[in-house]
Amino acid sequence: MKSLAELEKIKEKTRGAIVLPDGGNEIRIVVGMATCGIAAGARPVYEALEAGIKENGLGKQVSLIQTGCVGVCQYEPVIEVYQAGKERVTYVKMTAEKAAKVLEQHVKGGKVVEEYTITYAQNGGKAPADGVVHTSLTDTVFCKTQLRQALRNCGLIDPENIDEYIAMDGYKALGKALTEMTPDQVIETVLASGLRGRGGAGFPTGMKWKFASGNRGNVQKYVCCNADEGDPGAFMDRSVLEGDPHAVVEAMAIAGYAIGADQGYVYVRAEYPVAVKRLKIAIEQAKKYGLLGKNIFGTDFSFDLDIRLGAGAFVCGEETALMTSIEGKRGEPRPRPPFPAIKGLFEKPTILNNVETYANIPQIILNGAEWFSSVGTEKSKGTKVFALGGKIKNTGLVEVPMGTTLRHIIEEIGGGIPNGKKFKAAQTGGPSGGCIPASLIDTQIDYDNLIAIGSMMGSGGLIVMDEDTCMVDLARFFLDFTVDESCGKCTPCRVGTRRLLEILDKIISGNGEMEDITRLEELSTYIKSASLCGLGQTAPNPVLSTLRYFRDEYIAHIVDKKCPAGVCKKLIRYEIDPEKCIGCGMCAKNCPASTIVRTDYTAPGHKLASMKIEQANCVKCGACMSSCKFGAISKG
Amino acid sequence: MKKKLTTVAFQGTPEQEKQLLAVIAKHKGEKGSMMPIMQEAQDIYGYLPIEVQTIIARETGVSLEEIYGIATFYSQFKLNPDGKYAISVCLGTACYVKGSGDVLDEISKQLNVPIGSTSPDGKFSVEATRCLGACGLAPVMTINGEVYGSLKKEDVKTILAKYR
Repeated sequence: MKSLAELEKIKEKTRGAIVLPDGGNEIRIVVGMATCGIAAGARPVYEALEAGIKENGLGKQVSLIQTGCVGVCQYEPVIEVYQAGKERVTYVKMTAEKAAKVLEQHVKGGKVVEEYTITYAQNGGKAPADGVVHTSLTDTVFCKTQLRQALRNCGLIDPENIDEYIAMDGYKALGKALTEMTPDQVIETVLASGLRGRGGAGFPTGMKWKFASGNRGNVQKYVCCNADEGDPGAFMDRSVLEGDPHAVVEAMAIAGYAIGADQGYVYVRAEYPVAVKRLKIAIEQAKKYGLLGKNIFGTDFSFDLDIRLGAGAFVCGEETALMTSIEGKRGEPRPRPPFPAIKGLFEKPTILNNVETYANIPQIILNGAEWFSSVGTEKSKGTKVFALGGKIKNTGLVEVPMGTTLRHIIEEIGGGIPNGKKFKAAQTGGPSGGCIPASLIDTQIDYDNLIAIGSMMGSGGLIVMDEDTCMVDLARFFLDFTVDESCGKCTPCRVGTRRLLEILDKIISGNGEMEDITRLEELSTYIKSASLCGLGQTAPNPVLSTLRYFRDEYIAHIVDKKCPAGVCKKLIRYEIDPEKCIGCGMCAKNCPASTIVRTDYTAPGHKLASMKIEQANCVKCGACMSSCKFGAISKG
Repeated sequence: MKKKLTTVAFQGTPEQEKQLLAVIAKHKGEKGSMMPIMQEAQDIYGYLPIEVQTIIARETGVSLEEIYGIATFYSQFKLNPDGKYAISVCLGTACYVKGSGDVLDEISKQLNVPIGSTSPDGKFSVEATRCLGACGLAPVMTINGEVYGSLKKEDVKTILAKYR
């Protein structure tokens, strides 16, 4: 690749395969094959389509490709059919048999199989009441208010084919930066766009680059990418790597040009094999095209990229720990300053950005800083990707403008809480974050608003909770995680988090005292101020934020010895109402602990004596309650 | 998580050692190559016993202590091989109250294998797992994925006899 003209040629050649030309009869079928799609059974669907196309001799007219995540997790496996001049058709919950029918009836016969479309699926499998079938995913409420910038190619192009990325203006930003802009202009553009780090802390990306930009050409520097997405509940980085890996490769080369680095490393967690494979393919293809390597676009800029695999340590998502790990050592963080921009990887100036941050860069260079900053709030520009999960109807990956309210994400895009339950709180930021209670549901989500209410953006996990979630138990869950993942280097984190966990354990087992709340708060403050790295400094957040908004639940556990949500096993009791019990014995049959016995009391109108739970041996599994058909068992 | 050293005799073949040396040679002179070397070494041997770490130390000039430090830091690196028969006893709440702890102790005693490690001949590995979700069959254990339910301490001998 020596010039932008060469790039343009590839674009011209491939563009028609993705955006189908008018008047043609070509059909493009894409199958969502990110990890989640494959797990849901996308592979047999793909194979059935492949075989069907071959059998029917449709190879010339129909192209079949695999793509990344389209975002609607609960409807996987998903396939989409594109045809020029016709509405895009999204088929959901596919099987090999259903795929064969789509091929027969739709592709060959030209008639959409309406009952498999997303409209039907969202309407409980029936035709919509107004009779209007919008077959395309983009017409659903789930998609309409989303703004896909970082994820723009995910679910659209074949991630293993560089030509398709180029067809969507891929590598054009790199070409533009190298041939039309100075490194300082690149940094100024990123700075002016207002892009902030998408990995959690929200540090301005342009600022980071500027700090590392001194002394270009005279010192070895490095560009790193943090793809060690360890927050349980977040998977947007995986989706970008699986759906649009070239965006990250291109952005890292641009960053290399901006700061004057010729080597980059992507640190990916080993638990993401599909992402690693696609990233490897992307790097090889880019090297083959001369978009990585020596003298890119005929300039004197050279840049190379390597992958380093993590080995299962959450702390390696912290920037200094990640760099120590790339160096091949125990992934322990080091004190800052010196900051990585001065002394980072191998003690050389280094910048580290998150996958989603990089995914925004090519667009900013191509369309300009104003284009990017026109979306968002005053201090948080652009969009943010959230992994929407928990007690919500539409789970999935959503990308919305910064400043969108939590209410909009949960009620409109997410479709609300299932089973008629009430929204209680949303958790953001994973083990480092906090929760947003129902009273703050109208909060506009951006970096600063979330910090102000005691949570944080984090990498973008958004877990929705209903009234059945115990907030003390939730805090305990996250602390349990942090204790396991603390690297052990500094005492406040290593010992402090363990003590926090012990106090929480004491409270949920019914042995708490009111002084424990003060202890939790004091200890949390010490851990936050004295820990070496981000892991320890944020570890107490789940405790502090649940204490701030759900203090009454802590008090209920401590004073009344009750768990209001009915979660903490040691504080709940199952009871059988002898008047309602008909004595069928189903509960006893289903009890794993054999702790339900027959009494000698027979309620009036019943033939058999009622049952009773011997509380001492009860394991509180709830099997009795779910097996009782007469509503005689209650939980309290 | 604390990792236990293995008591299984090292059975690396010259072929495996040749592969390992090739891996080390491939990464020679590359910065920060220790993790990739150890990851590839684990692919070759299935785990990372001290013998393999010693070879890596000898060939790379990095001290064994440092390599051991890396191996124990990351949860992905295994110091113990999986046994030919991998036994997992459920210690979830339902199983535990019905005596799975006793079953686990009995297995460990009869095989003379400490919990969380592998017998010296590499035949049995014994570990405790979290809830397997088969509470109706409590206490439950699996041997190479095969499920045994409603266990009693007395059943252990007969079951193990099938595998000895």
